[in-house]
Amino acid sequence: MSPLLQGVITVIVGVGGCVGYFFLSNLILDKVIFPPKADNPGRNINRANLVRPWLFLFPAMAALGLYLVYPVVGSFWRSLFNRSGDEFIGFGNYTTMFADPGFQTAFGNNLLWVLFVPAASTFFGLLVAQLTDRLSWGNIAKSLIFMPMAISFVGASLIWKFVYANNADIGLINAIRDFFGAEEPLDVLQVRFWNNFFLMFILVWIQTGFAMVILSAALRGIPEETIEAAIIDGANPFQVFFKIKVPQIMGTIVVVWTTITILVLKVFDIVYTMTGGNFGTDILPSYMMSYMFRDDGRATAVAFVIMIVVLPVMIWNIRQARAEMK
Amino acid sequence: MDNIAGTKSSLSWAVNLSVIFLVVLWLVPTLGLLVSSFRDRDQISASGWWLSPFAVEQNFQASLPAGEARRDGDFFVIEGNLFSGGEGEILRFGGTRSNPTAFAPGETGDLRRDRSLTVEANGDFIYRTPSEISRDPNVYYATATPPDFSLDNYQTILFSNNMDVAFINTLTVTIPATIIPILIAAFAAYALAWMDFAGRGFLIAMVVGLLVVPLQLALVPLLQLHNKVGIGQSFLGIWMAHTGFGLPLAIYLLRNYMVGLPRDIIESAKVDGATDFQVFTKIVLPLSFPALASFAIFQFLWTWNDLLVAKVFLPSNSESWVMTVKIADDLLGSRGGDWGILASAAFISIAVPLIVFFTMQRYLVRGLLAGSVK
Repeated sequence: MSPLLQGVITVIVGVGGCVGYFFLSNLILDKVIFPPKADNPGRNINRANLVRPWLFLFPAMAALGLYLVYPVVGSFWRSLFNRSGDEFIGFGNYTTMFADPGFQTAFGNNLLWVLFVPAASTFFGLLVAQLTDRLSWGNIAKSLIFMPMAISFVGASLIWKFVYANNADIGLINAIRDFFGAEEPLDVLQVRFWNNFFLMFILVWIQTGFAMVILSAALRGIPEETIEAAIIDGANPFQVFFKIKVPQIMGTIVVVWTTITILVLKVFDIVYTMTGGNFGTDILPSYMMSYMFRDDGRATAVAFVIMIVVLPVMIWNIRQARAEMK
Repeated sequence: MDNIAGTKSSLSWAVNLSVIFLVVLWLVPTLGLLVSSFRDRDQISASGWWLSPFAVEQNFQASLPAGEARRDGDFFVIEGNLFSGGEGEILRFGGTRSNPTAFAPGETGDLRRDRSLTVEANGDFIYRTPSEISRDPNVYYATATPPDFSLDNYQTILFSNNMDVAFINTLTVTIPATIIPILIAAFAAYALAWMDFAGRGFLIAMVVGLLVVPLQLALVPLLQLHNKVGIGQSFLGIWMAHTGFGLPLAIYLLRNYMVGLPRDIIESAKVDGATDFQVFTKIVLPLSFPALASFAIFQFLWTWNDLLVAKVFLPSNSESWVMTVKIADDLLGSRGGDWGILASAAFISIAVPLIVFFTMQRYLVRGLLAGSVK
């Protein structure tokens, strides 16, 4: 059976199954288990309404539990076992991993990524948002800078391979070097340490649009009176921006920053396609993928380290959400 | 805000210039890919894509027909024209592979072993050698060829490299993985937004927490689970995985939107005797269309562009490759130096997301804002 046909059938079965589940379960609840007639209709309706939220929630909660909550525990448990998974070795995977120079490089590089990518994306996003704010063609400009959001990390990596290529007739960077009289083309992806930044810039290129869209909306939301008052008091455009606008959208900047930080910890595609983790460019997600299918114990240990790094952001997010609900 | 005193600043030309600069910087890499995907592979390696509208100086090799050699005193001579019938202009020529552009047209180039070669700009050549000519001698020349744009790269990649299969596979992964989570999430979001029950706050907090759980954690345990229950690495497995991974964002976005719907409508429907199920299907769901559309676009882009989940949950044989895996694991290795093929493959894989992006940008922006600006 062709996979596409299989897909169409899955859509029909899946959608039909979901609709059928919700419809039938509600029907059974109302008509069979707690029918609002019998001797005590009021009590039955109340009981049915106590159960109903869980009918609505059940499929989602089951899927979340199985696909996101269970793996957190499951991964941690698996990381305590050896490569083949039959011998309990406690934190053995963690100790050998921390001693591995490859892991240390990956961890250090990941630290660079986490610092640089959110900072640069937010900076460029804020810059574009502010510059295009009053521009007549601002929306077109924003749309074009937003566009890389739609491109896959693999696609983006290929696009940038044409910029970084080790050939003055293909790679823009080498063409520019050639123009200024460089003799030999340079493989920028093999320049130790700086090659990390060339890879990071691909992600900055993708994420700037995201930061721009959100910060642009936040800038629009600033009360005009505050800006007018500052201008009347003689503030120049830079003072208006840094002293009036930025403080008022600080909350949004933090949200953008943390969202991109979380994303950085997931992206293995760019390193995987551009260098395969060679030349000292490995990061934790790509380091993990090099152990995936080979040593599940080590792979889950890396994944759990990523989880620990994300944990503070997770707790902060939950506290924010709780504060808002009150 | 144009009427505020002082806003029409003298900086406006600087602002325009810097925005133009940034837009160009952001657009140029993609433009390079697009242009390269239409160029002939030899032209790609001969000149940069930014020079593609101009003629390209390319080196060619020709074999002189040994059979047409005639005797001229002590020498054997072949005469003729390098452009057999066609037009062209010789820029440089040479007699060895190592130095194919040694001489200017009109010069008489001395080759090793007393041989000589003269090529005129119009292609006429005279080749002289003191010894008998047994096989066709090779000459090399550079000539300007006009820009050569075609769909050849697309044809090659689509019909002889199985990119069409990968395209169908991507589509197959994407459609169920986009539709099914929406439905499941919509019901849950309604319950979290409009139904009162113990533990609601906890569940909402849990969804917010799960939003940031790194996918990497899920890979090993879930693959083991899939293997244990017999799903293994299959399309069914990846649909379920994408559904699970997409749910937190779906529930979060939809709940945020549904909470903002006017309370009056929902309460008056309930007063009129509508059940929760009817309120949901007849009122809340149609009103939530913008949020549903935002999430659908997110999920579509994410599943279409995904490499990680596809690598882990799909079989690793070439019939099941999606486009991202095909490019990253196959083409970059086997076609690593074939830039035209790589460019067209990349463009095929990003074309659909770009179309979705430019047609539905409004919903995408709205979804982003609902997710992060309070």
